[in-house]
Amino acid sequence: MTHAVIELRNVTKTYTMGEVTVHALRGIDLTIHRGGFVAIMGPSGSGKSTTMNMIGCLDRPSSGVYLLEGEDVTHMSKSELAGVRNRRLGFIFQGFHLLQRATALASVELPMLYAGVPDAERRERALQAMRLVGLAGREHHRPNQLSGGQQQRVAIARSLVNEPSLLLADEPTGNLDSRTSLEVMAILQRLHRERAITIVMVTHEPDIAAFAQRIIRFKDGVIVADESVAKPAQADLLLAREGGATA
Amino acid sequence: MNLRSSILLALSGLQANKMRSLLTMLGIIIGVGAVIVMIALGQGARAQVAEQIASLGSNLLVVNPGAPGGSVRGAAGQITTLTWDDAKAIAELPLALQVAPELSTNVTANSGVTNWATSAIGTTPELQVIKNWPVQFGSFFSADEVNAAAPVAVLGQTVAENLFGSGVDPVGQTIRLNNLTVQVIGVLSPKGLTNTGSDQDNVVYIPLRTAQVRLTGATHVRTINVQAASAEVMEILQAQITDLLNQRHRIVPPAQPDFNVRNLTTVAETAEATTNTLTALLASVAAVSLMVGGIGIMNIMLVTVTERTREIGIRMAVGATPGAILGQFLVEAVVLSLLGGVIGVVVGLAGSWLISVTAGWRVVVSPSAILLATGFAGAVGVFFGYYPARKASDLDPIDALRYE
Repeated sequence: MTHAVIELRNVTKTYTMGEVTVHALRGIDLTIHRGGFVAIMGPSGSGKSTTMNMIGCLDRPSSGVYLLEGEDVTHMSKSELAGVRNRRLGFIFQGFHLLQRATALASVELPMLYAGVPDAERRERALQAMRLVGLAGREHHRPNQLSGGQQQRVAIARSLVNEPSLLLADEPTGNLDSRTSLEVMAILQRLHRERAITIVMVTHEPDIAAFAQRIIRFKDGVIVADESVAKPAQADLLLAREGGATA
Repeated sequence: MNLRSSILLALSGLQANKMRSLLTMLGIIIGVGAVIVMIALGQGARAQVAEQIASLGSNLLVVNPGAPGGSVRGAAGQITTLTWDDAKAIAELPLALQVAPELSTNVTANSGVTNWATSAIGTTPELQVIKNWPVQFGSFFSADEVNAAAPVAVLGQTVAENLFGSGVDPVGQTIRLNNLTVQVIGVLSPKGLTNTGSDQDNVVYIPLRTAQVRLTGATHVRTINVQAASAEVMEILQAQITDLLNQRHRIVPPAQPDFNVRNLTTVAETAEATTNTLTALLASVAAVSLMVGGIGIMNIMLVTVTERTREIGIRMAVGATPGAILGQFLVEAVVLSLLGGVIGVVVGLAGSWLISVTAGWRVVVSPSAILLATGFAGAVGVFFGYYPARKASDLDPIDALRYE
């Protein structure tokens, strides 16, 4: 078989704050295969966010090795890491992280701008991504004209436009009500199902983690549990049961 | 990310804070405007000086009596060693194009109605050619009138105005210079002040022999003006004249010559160097204000980078390289300074025009000054924009994303 999408080998991370040294990660070994939908759980300070940043190439391990699709990214330069984030990773954040002054369409186009995609193609792909997340007709709205759920969908569209192999979601439903959370999870599950995209999601809500195929639990900088979910919950079914699917 | 979208992005960033952008640009606007006005004033002064020097006559050598920088010098006119024959001998030199001796004396000119104190200068028709000085009325006297010691006079503009009123053609009238009655045969066009401030139009020209025989009784000449064939041969001609007069005056070095030959081009070059220095000085003072404007840009760009830390984080998360972030903020600073530069050019042009209209000073706005000032503004943008842009690109993506 091909390489695992993510392979962490004995990864540690220590922060030095003045005279105090914080061991955020104390040796993580983790392999995530292509097409997986993994939820990472754990209390705050457990190392789950640090791991997420590491996987997202936003941060580098203090020691150990991180192979992304078989390629060692541990010693890449800042520019090279930016290129990896741009083309191979998609990010979804709790706070949506949209540019306040940009229209939805401009936000979705942003990663392609840095990838050097020509104007016409950029526009076409952005519109396509927005249709995929059900936001056709909202292209020229700014974040303050969109609901939380819509903003998160813009963020999902943005994460998809460069066709990454890995989608990283950091508390994607943290700022959303339960119904909107279901809608967002339905989109993620559909992407996972239809596009065979690998998804890693950090959450502290068991309901949300239940949509993943595998749940990894962190505590005090180490992995304390790693279990497969036999029968993940289906967000679109739940929505249908509540009546009126939108996703 | 290409340059066009970078510039559009920068413009939208500046538009989001219109008032702040305008105030930031103000420093550059004032700086560029000041540079342009100062250079315009300096070049105006320079043009004026050049014009005054040209009015003295081009490629002009002036022979005066008395040793060059000599320790014993009589009052002007008291040394009587230069003669008309010296002038005629100089005229034989192939490199001497025109030669005009002068003998001046102070006179009271009387038109029968009014008096006017002026100087009467006896000379030859070549003087008019050397000074490139056209007549307004009548004509200059001829060589024949010089040889005949004719009692005729050509008036400078100031004299004509004071004796006969401005715009009146006095040709054919008679005036008295001290006790000599002469007929006015011409009036010279106005020439203005010399760079030392004396009025070149306050003069009456009469034939040299008339001055010598009928007015002063002198046999010498006060000055000999020599126009060289070209600017290149002036130094050669200067040496030739010195040799010739040494010979004629029987002066054997190391004895001091009893005359000196001055090159007016040197004077012109000195005057030009002075105005150039002045222009450079004024422009550099203005450039300082441009630098201050640049510091203003740096200050605001630092604030902007801090304010937009989260935006930077978002851009980095979706794949902006540090270089792209650096470029974005650098372009923004340069757009800010160039925009200010363009407005500053308009302000500078308006200011120059206003000064020329209200103060009546000569201003010369050159395209090179505009290019220089705008280019300098752009350079200021790059220089002072680099540090804030560098700071932005050095941000850690995680810290930037978490920044509130």
